[in-house]
Amino acid sequence: MAIDTLSPPLPPEPKVELADDAGRTNPARWLIVAIPYLWLLLFFAAPFLIIAKISLSDTAIAMPPYTPTFQGFGNLGTFFSQLDFENYAYLASDSIYIKSYLNSLRIAAISTVLLLLIGYPMALAMARAKTSLRPILVMMVILPFWTSFLIRVYAWIGILKPEGLLTVLFQSIGLMGEGEQVQIFRTDYAVFIGIVYSYLPFMVLPLYAALEKMDHTLLEAASDLGCPPWKAFWRITFPLSLPGVIAGSLICFIPITGEFVIPDLLGGADTLMIGKTLWTEFFNSRDWPLASAIAVILLAVLVLPIVYFQNQQQKAG
Amino acid sequence: MKNARFDATVLTLGFAFLYIPILILVIYSFNASRLVTVWGGFSLVWYQQMWSNQGLMDAAWVTARVALLSATIATILGTLAALTLVRFRKIPGRLLFSGMIYAPLVMPEVITGLSLLLLFVSLNVDRGFWTVVIAHTTFSMCYVAIVVQSRLLTFDRSLEEAALDLGCPPVKTFFRITLPLILPAVLAGWMLAFTLSLDDLVIANFNTGPGATTLPIKIYSQVRLGVTPEINAICTILIGLVAIGVIAASLATKRNELRRQRDEHAAAQG
Repeated sequence: MAIDTLSPPLPPEPKVELADDAGRTNPARWLIVAIPYLWLLLFFAAPFLIIAKISLSDTAIAMPPYTPTFQGFGNLGTFFSQLDFENYAYLASDSIYIKSYLNSLRIAAISTVLLLLIGYPMALAMARAKTSLRPILVMMVILPFWTSFLIRVYAWIGILKPEGLLTVLFQSIGLMGEGEQVQIFRTDYAVFIGIVYSYLPFMVLPLYAALEKMDHTLLEAASDLGCPPWKAFWRITFPLSLPGVIAGSLICFIPITGEFVIPDLLGGADTLMIGKTLWTEFFNSRDWPLASAIAVILLAVLVLPIVYFQNQQQKAG
Repeated sequence: MKNARFDATVLTLGFAFLYIPILILVIYSFNASRLVTVWGGFSLVWYQQMWSNQGLMDAAWVTARVALLSATIATILGTLAALTLVRFRKIPGRLLFSGMIYAPLVMPEVITGLSLLLLFVSLNVDRGFWTVVIAHTTFSMCYVAIVVQSRLLTFDRSLEEAALDLGCPPVKTFFRITLPLILPAVLAGWMLAFTLSLDDLVIANFNTGPGATTLPIKIYSQVRLGVTPEINAICTILIGLVAIGVIAASLATKRNELRRQRDEHAAAQG
């Protein structure tokens, strides 16, 4: 006997809601779509075209500090003839920019691995905790995220600086002599600590969401069949949590690559990161076209992970 | 059990790592001494100084207004965007639209900030209070959209359909049925947008102008000059406000949840 005769008939698929059967459209429905759509087109998408254009412009001592500026459609020919790839050639010629990009990717990759190594056990422990305890644990992970990013980075300055609390702690437990000081502040190590600290909630939450959904009877079955726990972890738990691993890694890796605040406040002069380089070119050298070119290349470097992230989100949504 | 002990250790260490720096910051805001390493006794001197620091207070006021405005606009736009994502799946350019919702979540702030600034400059808009509001609205509306979207996906459509079948006009149905049901997510989205705005340094710094210095910009410029306990004081107040807000919101959600369960129970008992 067919099983489907026992279940109630499925509800009909919802119609395309913008137009009804007669093809009439409801203006209120169009407004729902149009308002956020236009807002994002104007304030999120259009700026990327402008940044691309200005990355092809020349620096000028004027306001705005670049030429050519758009002088109407009559002068379109001269407008385009003044655009060139000079800024990109400059970026390629000076090794400091290439080093900045590579170093940003390196720091982001190492940080993401560190975040996984610290975040995974935490997420696993949360998912294995008592059901009544879990919402509180989730809350405790989210709470630091609600407090300001800047404040949390600032908090580490007082701990890491040479005359800071870490030195005091090490001296008082005898790990360090009177004259010795912790030499972490303004190095790459401080940057790693700051990044791991700031991004940990972003890593733990997607991992927890994936692990919490897991069917625990699978592990019981494995253990009944004589599979040792560590093997069960690699064969069952980890593969099932893979969507969380991917989501968490992307959510961390992409913004870390362009991070500015952490390398600026905790890193040293030799901590080259591209977000900081862009900031310096823009605010200190006031070279807007070069800063735009840096941003365009950064976007090109990150476009693959961003598109991948969007696809994952769309599948989940 | 071995697992239980491992889990307890991991969570203790993890939460210690997350909370100790914040705790230290709060404790040292009450330190009478200027030095981080010396405990000079309990004192509120830095709170007094903060209070009389006109620049800091002005910045706090600007930040509060920016956050209130941008969170409110972002909540409206984000809710509309979530409705679009969930209910109108076949609009033209849907991929572009959902791309524009998800991309700002991971886009490095320096890119968003710089590109938006260049838009304002090429449109000849003077930078200041409103450009920061627009900038904050733009990225926080995407967070609101994600939060509201997840609520809409688990939403029981039959209630809406019942109202429509009974002849309730769509707009009225939205305000009487849909909105009350998704309200917790909308409010959570508003809070998220509000704190994101309070928090943002990079995007605000690109898009601000004279007279619109926000608190993070102010804090950042002071931090660059060195650690001052005054900053600890204002940070402590911000942490306190956020903690109160988050805890109050979660208690309110819990109460509503309990009430709903009771009502459902009562209805089932009928």
